[in-house]
Amino acid sequence: MTETSETPASKKAPSTMERLLDSDIFHAFLRSKVTIMAAAGTLILFLLAFLSPWIAPHDPFDLASLDVMNSYMPPAWIEGADPAFLLGTDDQGRDILSAIFYGMRISLIVGFCSVIFAALVGIGLGLIAGYMGGRIDALIMRVADVQLTFPAILIALLIDGAARGLFGSLDREVFSFWILIFSLSLSFWVQYARTVRGSTMVEKNKEYVQAARVIGIPSWIIMLRHILPNVTGPVMVIATINLALAIVTEATLSFLGVGMPITQPSLGTLISVGNDYLYSGEWWMAIFPGVALALLVLCVNLLGDWLRDALNPKLR
Amino acid sequence: MKKTCLALASAVMLGAFATTPSSAETLKFAFQGTLNQVDPYSLNETFTLSSLGNVYEGLTRRNGELEIEPALAESWEVVEPNRWRFHLRKGVKFHNGNDFTAEDVVFSANRVRSEGSDLKTRIDPKTTVEVVDDYTVDFVLPGPNPILHYEWDTWYIMDKDWTEEHDAVSVTSASDTTPNYAALHANGTGPFKLESHEVGVKTTYTKNDDWWDTATHNLDTVEFTPIGSDATRVAALLSGELDLVYPIPVQDIKRVESNPDTSALTGPELRTIFLGMDQMRPELLYSDVKGKNPFQDVRVRKAVYQAIDIEGIVKKIMRNLAEPSALMISPFLYSRSDEFKRHPYDPDASKALLKEAGYEDGFSVGMDCPNDRYVNDEAICQAVASMLARVGIKVDLNAQPKAKYFAKVLASNGYDTSFYLLGWTPSSFDSWNVLANMLACRDEKGNGGAFNLGGYCNEKVDALMAEVLVENDPEKRDALIAEAFTIVHEEVGSIPLHQQGLAWGVSNKVDVVQRADNQFLFRFVTKN
Repeated sequence: MTETSETPASKKAPSTMERLLDSDIFHAFLRSKVTIMAAAGTLILFLLAFLSPWIAPHDPFDLASLDVMNSYMPPAWIEGADPAFLLGTDDQGRDILSAIFYGMRISLIVGFCSVIFAALVGIGLGLIAGYMGGRIDALIMRVADVQLTFPAILIALLIDGAARGLFGSLDREVFSFWILIFSLSLSFWVQYARTVRGSTMVEKNKEYVQAARVIGIPSWIIMLRHILPNVTGPVMVIATINLALAIVTEATLSFLGVGMPITQPSLGTLISVGNDYLYSGEWWMAIFPGVALALLVLCVNLLGDWLRDALNPKLR
Repeated sequence: MKKTCLALASAVMLGAFATTPSSAETLKFAFQGTLNQVDPYSLNETFTLSSLGNVYEGLTRRNGELEIEPALAESWEVVEPNRWRFHLRKGVKFHNGNDFTAEDVVFSANRVRSEGSDLKTRIDPKTTVEVVDDYTVDFVLPGPNPILHYEWDTWYIMDKDWTEEHDAVSVTSASDTTPNYAALHANGTGPFKLESHEVGVKTTYTKNDDWWDTATHNLDTVEFTPIGSDATRVAALLSGELDLVYPIPVQDIKRVESNPDTSALTGPELRTIFLGMDQMRPELLYSDVKGKNPFQDVRVRKAVYQAIDIEGIVKKIMRNLAEPSALMISPFLYSRSDEFKRHPYDPDASKALLKEAGYEDGFSVGMDCPNDRYVNDEAICQAVASMLARVGIKVDLNAQPKAKYFAKVLASNGYDTSFYLLGWTPSSFDSWNVLANMLACRDEKGNGGAFNLGGYCNEKVDALMAEVLVENDPEKRDALIAEAFTIVHEEVGSIPLHQQGLAWGVSNKVDVVQRADNQFLFRFVTKN
């Protein structure tokens, strides 16, 4: 990209950046105020999350920095608070604000990773099913159908439980993380597979595919080089919406106590801890992580919705 | 369509009327953990024993003030110094109709000491049990033991014929995954029958109309549901769905009190919460120190002790519903306990001790902790982990439900732990129990101090313990106990944290006796 932008725009074809700025999608983006706000919100939240080690006032994962005497501090504007803890502290004296930043980072990493894995599995199986057809198609799609009859959260719980039973003795902090990603991606691959399969079936009868086949290009190259680029649009849309879904599902699992451990809390874990203190009036422990989660999911969802509409030729 | 609606409505009404006039009282209660096996010898844990104490009975029992009363034994006498004679109650029937006789006592005495039992310490292995006649039993002891029957209120008598008939003579241990008949069904002599038992879901008890004693309760059915989440448990009480929940989280006591229909019953419990360290294995199971065991060094143990800010835990996590403790026994149970002072909280001293012991850069250790057994158990473990992190010891915390926790750390699984949190109420309400169970030397199989999970061992303490058992003069006895406790304190055999408080949430419709050992017995309940 840097090379193309160095060449003078007036002489040659417009650079990638310019093409993007001039595209339909970008114009559609500029026309929707809600989307701009959602995009700005997402960007800010992402920055807060990924820069948390540098901008968070405390390190909630550093056990040595916690002091139990700092626990249950209310937010800074309430009487009896310590201004060092802007949004108060939890039952172990963890700063809620920092915990939210770090927790959001874990939520996002888990979300991204599981979306990527789910997309890889789903696209692969969808391509094979759509291109090969016949028995392979039937087999893959029946598995997908069966899985669709179960709610994603149930599948994730099932996989999580089984995996914990099998490898329970491993290091829990690292292990919980990968188990979560594994169970989330295995519960979300179906949508990708179905979409990709449908598009593949349309594409494979087009002339460029037939031409490629005639000159003897192997199937896997046709799938990856020729068909795949033409089915990525819908995949992008699903991926964006699934990111929000994955974050919520991760939060649900953590809330139920089968997700991230309290020593590496995600947003769901934080809400789950705070939940025990709602009756006793220490509302900030559950409310602030809850608001953060709601904001994050809302922004990502709005972006996903907009992307779906923008890429849909019928709505243009 | 209208007709069916009407019919339905009237059916519902009828149903409602049919149930309301009967005076059947149902008590619904919840506890934070589950009731697993109902075999009375599977797990030596207060909640399990107290639940089964409604169904089974021992030769003795304890009343609301914890005084010993006759139960299945009408009376007893020491006929020779080493021979105790128990006269059994006549006409008592088990729930299946079988008669209770001396045979059942002998059978239970052997079964409680058999492989897999968690209550082996109730009767010394060298004790023999002799049948004199159908309603008289002699216990022949290897040496004098004036407190022989102190713990027998939780040594429940089982029906020999029933157990043999269902092929359940062997005890299902806490680590066993294949429960036998006696672990899933119960047949006692107590005031309630076990109607149904679904582990982790619901347990139902019904009144035993043929109970030998006069019932002072007015319950017909009792339903128990485990509710792990603190907030949910309190919500169920506040909404009136449940009549009693325990424990209620310390932060919610005010909320329960301010609700007009409920109140919080609080008081000191006789339970000491403490930390234990594996001092027996040459190398810790869960640690980055290889080839040696840091906890075998008294300086390391003391460093851990001094790193813990007990005032912080008591004030913040327990919200003052606990008392810091220097001993492994409640001050209510040992007269000289105020002579003992905790090693002071001093992170600098702790770091210096670690440096002296050669762990200047600290080390890592895995910690086992229950998360549904004691008041705020997991929060305490987390706080301990962060306090130890400050002196350089990295704790990898493994907090899990008590069913899994006990299955991992107890004798039945070979004491699979390096560092653990446990609570102990001496069931005899006497220091000897603490010495014998928690501080006496043991072998790998758990002979000796069976609940001394860390395997602390000092022969001098063992010798003092043996003297304590046979000493009849209270003053001399207390002095011997003090001597033993002093050694343990100096050597940091274990790290006592605090005496936890009791907190039950009770509906105002219910009258209940709250025993200081946290046993909840239905026979002390009336509901109106």
